[in-house]
Amino acid sequence: MKKAKIYLDYAATTPVDKRVVKVMQPFFDKKFGNTMSLHSFGQEAKMVVEDSREKVANLIGAKASEIIFTSSATESNNLALKGIAFAKKNKGRHIIISSIEHDCIVESASWLEGQGFEISKLSVDRYGFVDPKEIKKLIRKDTILVSVMHANNEIGTIEPIKEIGAVCKKAGVLFHTDAAQSFGKIPIDVNKMNIDLLTASSHKMYGPKGVACLFIREGVKVEPLLHGGGHEFGLRSSTVNTAAIVGFAKACELCKKEMKVEIKRISTLRDELISGIFKEIKNVSLNGHSKKRLANNINIAFSFIEGESLIMQLDILGVAVSTGSACSSRKLKTSSVLSSIGISPLKINGSLRLSLGRETKKSDIDYVLKVLPKAVKKLRAISPFKK
Amino acid sequence: MLYTKKVIDHFKNPHNFGKMKNPDGVGRVGNIVCGDVMQLYIKVGKNKKKKEVIKKIKFETFGCVAALATSSIITDLAKGKTLERALNIEKAEIVKALGGLPPIKIHCSILASEALAEAIYDYLSKNNREIPKTLQVKHKRNHQGLEKIEKKWQKK
Ligand code: FES
Repeated sequence: MKKAKIYLDYAATTPVDKRVVKVMQPFFDKKFGNTMSLHSFGQEAKMVVEDSREKVANLIGAKASEIIFTSSATESNNLALKGIAFAKKNKGRHIIISSIEHDCIVESASWLEGQGFEISKLSVDRYGFVDPKEIKKLIRKDTILVSVMHANNEIGTIEPIKEIGAVCKKAGVLFHTDAAQSFGKIPIDVNKMNIDLLTASSHKMYGPKGVACLFIREGVKVEPLLHGGGHEFGLRSSTVNTAAIVGFAKACELCKKEMKVEIKRISTLRDELISGIFKEIKNVSLNGHSKKRLANNINIAFSFIEGESLIMQLDILGVAVSTGSACSSRKLKTSSVLSSIGISPLKINGSLRLSLGRETKKSDIDYVLKVLPKAVKKLRAISPFKK
Repeated sequence: MLYTKKVIDHFKNPHNFGKMKNPDGVGRVGNIVCGDVMQLYIKVGKNKKKKEVIKKIKFETFGCVAALATSSIITDLAKGKTLERALNIEKAEIVKALGGLPPIKIHCSILASEALAEAIYDYLSKNNREIPKTLQVKHKRNHQGLEKIEKKWQKK
């Protein structure tokens, strides 16, 4: 029997869609011009980048001129937080973020703290939801920015972005959302949802790595982090990565076209996998909300066993997933998202994230349901905890 | 995580795992770094020279791949050894026997040697035997560490 190879870690990264690879190809060796050059090579690249900007903007109801291409969601989030902080520091120095943000928001915020800014962290409920009313309470005269992610990377919780945006709008505070996990997967409309800045990434939605974007609402001032030739409306100097941007745009087009059908297909598979796990394995619990989560996200705690061991056991059986266990983190720290929603340390160490995607098939789910109970059983047999 | 083939072999097919009925000594230890817990059981017998040796050994471990592999290999290393020799199995010996561990995982290997020391301590104290000073000190430290972790794990 050929060894199975099932990838269920789409929240970490996705493969590039073949249709995306195809449109990127000519931009490596044939249409390789620098967008800043005045000759035909340069102009050709320039045109295709502007066309791509339009396509990316299209996915979230933005104008092309409101999209800045960057190299990663990390860069976009850094630009959003630091760029706004520096542009607005005369108005105030208070920033609000949620307690379940990605490291690049948390670390940017704590760096800003060292620069004299003040950071407030919003707590979340046991499903990971932020309460817009809490934001209202936290907003002060000197608050300049609120940043709350759209969908959580670990538990898939989808935040009430529209309501949060409305609170910020009313208070006259800018609102940024990190949509790295939701962009291309669920509908986003920056106007209806009252979003001023939004981070999106290409490699989480079947585009290439090395490209992402930041939506900045018209009229919002951001201080650039990279100075130089004045690319991207002067907000991000660096030679433009044409091939990647073309790929990103194509990925956006595909997501837009296929989103509705995909949400339905993947959420059906997700629910099948969740109920299968609950049927086959005892002492398991779902982390996050059962319905209000991304269609592709599952996060389950398996009591009495440790996550890194479980991942390796599954990897040997041909299934790739991830965990929030301290043992698997480079800092030997348990997942802060899971502890923010009140999951016990023992359960966090035994938690598994399975994230589905475009290439996940019913037969993959069946296979996982066959091998996962075995892997858990084996590790539980070795565990000193009550079984 | 990059593990050696030896580590993966032990992880895939751990030696001597599970509970032991009527053990002569039991050692339970926890690791404060990330909270792994190991329980080790021994049965003590005599060798030809009438010296006390570890006749049987089994383990139960909650921890990462490295923790499971070190648990498994220490049972191999300790089996048949005199109690004195077994007490001298240190992390360096364990790591070497596994062909190395990633630096961040070295701490997991301490667990195994501590659990073994605890099991021997338990055996000696149950039988009202003299306990070496160094072992007494170790025991005190291990006991405190374990209490901390069990408390953490009991949190709901
Ligand atoms: S048991 Fe946690 S890192 Fe080894």
